[in-house]
Amino acid sequence: MAVESKLLSGNEAVAQGAWEAGCLIGAGYPGTPSTEALEAFAKYDDVYAEWAPNEKVAFEVASGASMGGVRAMVTMKHVGVNVAADPLYSMSYIGVNGGLVLFAADDPGIFSSQNEQDSRFHALGARVPLLEPADPAEAKFYVKQAFAISERFDTPVIVRSTVRLSHTKAVVECEDRADQPRKEYEKNPVKWVMMPANAKVRRKFVDARVAELAEFNNASVFVRADYRDTNIGVICAGVTYNHVREALPEASVLKLGMTYPIPDQAILDFASRVDKVYVVEEASNYLSMQVKALGVELSEFVEPIPPDDELSPGIVRRAFGIETPEFDRFDGALPPRPPALCAGCPHRLVYSELRRMNAVVNGDIGCYTLGALAPLSSVDSVVDMGASLSMAHGMELARQFSDKSIAIDGRPIVGVIGDSTFAHSGITSLLGTVYNQGSGTLCILDNRTTAMTGMQGNPVNGITLQNRPSRELDLVKLCEALGVEDVQRVDSQNLADVRAALKRAVASDGLSVIVFCSPCRLLVRTRKEPPTISDCKRCGACLKIGCPALGTDDEGHAKIDETQCIGCGQCAQVCPFGCISSEGRE
Amino acid sequence: MADKINGATTVLLCGVGGQGTILAADILAKVAARAGLQIRLSEIHGMSQRGGSVITIVRFGQTVLSPVTDFGCADRIVAFEATEALRYLPYLAKDGKLLVNSEEIVPLPVLIGAVEMPENTLEFLEQRGAKLIDSTKIAEEVGNPKATNIVLMGALSTELDFPVEIWEEVISKRVPPKTIESNLAAFAAGAKAVSQE
Repeated sequence: MAVESKLLSGNEAVAQGAWEAGCLIGAGYPGTPSTEALEAFAKYDDVYAEWAPNEKVAFEVASGASMGGVRAMVTMKHVGVNVAADPLYSMSYIGVNGGLVLFAADDPGIFSSQNEQDSRFHALGARVPLLEPADPAEAKFYVKQAFAISERFDTPVIVRSTVRLSHTKAVVECEDRADQPRKEYEKNPVKWVMMPANAKVRRKFVDARVAELAEFNNASVFVRADYRDTNIGVICAGVTYNHVREALPEASVLKLGMTYPIPDQAILDFASRVDKVYVVEEASNYLSMQVKALGVELSEFVEPIPPDDELSPGIVRRAFGIETPEFDRFDGALPPRPPALCAGCPHRLVYSELRRMNAVVNGDIGCYTLGALAPLSSVDSVVDMGASLSMAHGMELARQFSDKSIAIDGRPIVGVIGDSTFAHSGITSLLGTVYNQGSGTLCILDNRTTAMTGMQGNPVNGITLQNRPSRELDLVKLCEALGVEDVQRVDSQNLADVRAALKRAVASDGLSVIVFCSPCRLLVRTRKEPPTISDCKRCGACLKIGCPALGTDDEGHAKIDETQCIGCGQCAQVCPFGCISSEGRE
Repeated sequence: MADKINGATTVLLCGVGGQGTILAADILAKVAARAGLQIRLSEIHGMSQRGGSVITIVRFGQTVLSPVTDFGCADRIVAFEATEALRYLPYLAKDGKLLVNSEEIVPLPVLIGAVEMPENTLEFLEQRGAKLIDSTKIAEEVGNPKATNIVLMGALSTELDFPVEIWEEVISKRVPPKTIESNLAAFAAGAKAVSQE
């Protein structure tokens, strides 16, 4: 067998593992830190991969592929697992035909998410096995094992990653693909039709399967007991293992690769052979809870491990009373450097207008979440994919119970959502508002791409993962078909049009949708000459749009950073004195 | 050079989203891997990339376990922007070395007048033994303004034990074909800039 060493990220290794396992179909929805797993899988020969509108759809596509007899993988970030939870919990009862693997990537430390959810609890809830690789090489191996377990035990399998696996690169030995013949589909309603009588049967099957899996896990490659100094015994899993091994080279360590169902006998055996047992885990009590439930008494750390945020070897050292090195620091005040909407971003003028109108804005998930930061400071809420539109409807509903003394009742309520997020979960939200005759203003920011996760295609722009021909979604027609009577399409780079459209929409009593359209500037990288500034009045109006290419000189006059400016002309449009001119410089 | 605690060398690259820290880290990791060492490269994607403060960690050695590092544990910090060097200074090991692009990029909260840039950043860093290098200017001089990251890798290469040939091979494979020549020139200019001091 040909073996080749490659530098792969955890996500790329997951794709390689799926390919080597003969997985033929991949589906998913982009989300940091999971995105590159499906992108990498899509690049292999002889596989089919697609972005689905959301994680539930993706999981169902993969479930159908499994039913059709081929191996299938579905990828998503942690919060996406909630969206896919509905089919996951019932596919647990049904099981599989071809192997079915869910790759879920968590974000301990909350680098690029709305929460620090531990997806592993979904394995407990759905009662499906869960594997936790510790590094890219193991990720490849575990994904291959996951397909085998899926078919052997008739179950979907979750492979769980975290940021520090998904986005850590290491050398991985890549092997050839082992082709899997397509399995026959045989009609079997008791297995595949989850109506009560059948589900009751499969419910018992699930219990038996969990017991078999625990038995299997006890003697599997996923249990690694490494006995050194038996005074300290640490139980851990996933990337945490690397922090533990580095921090405590002398300790005995039980590394678990399958943490649901846990290997009960292996854990009890380990606990009996060491003096003190500890569970080290990251931003969660998922593992310690299960170990304690076996009756194992856990010892106290010298310094408790924080219940939140990601782990490091230093945190583990301190937990065991080991000194950590001294360090230097800069004592002065450092300016924060939060992410910002790019120079030329088409979302900027919409937000600056919403702020000017003093609107209450229910925001959503994407680059445009950054409209919440100063100086735009325009977003009032961000919860989950699609929540903008449904929450704006709820805010409007709350108004009718008002005694008119509540301050927000004079303010427009506006929902703001991006194109991909609208396709993900916004359509049903909008449908609910139309159906229930709700009012308000909904803005769809159509920048022609799924920008935050790195320019993926979506149903709105009609670009597919493997570049197969598709079609664009006409958002205006869709909204009209849903029953919205007032739909406008507006160029989001034109301030006068943005202002007029918003003014009209909030003045109307009914439901208005504005589709703001202009491509992401990372998608269309054309640059024009920066504008010229003359006779600046130092009013500061241009600074309020929060362009990273616009600042002031020592005297407070507006000044353009020509290396960052793309000549979009937004600042020229907001200058009330006409001092910024982009005319004649194209 | 080996970290006393870990037996691995830890290089922390920090800067501003969009400066090419991830590409530089990738090149460094590949050079170390080509030299036969085990490597771990850990980066952060997503929201922070939009002009935010970013760090990438590269660790290499005979055995490398954790992909992350802690305060007081980085053998080298390569700062692509001077203010970011101040932000991540706590990571530097006591005998670690600091290599800093002397450029200062003003973040949005300063642009809008909410807060101010720290004063005397470069003087402070020099007092801490930092090597300052005007890599932005050097990259412009070799005709590839985007190659600031490669200039910094050139400067870093003088302090690591990897042969120049490996660096050149990895860079040539990793950058767009049309820019190989200017990137190699940027690498050489970066190395020269620090050895002249």
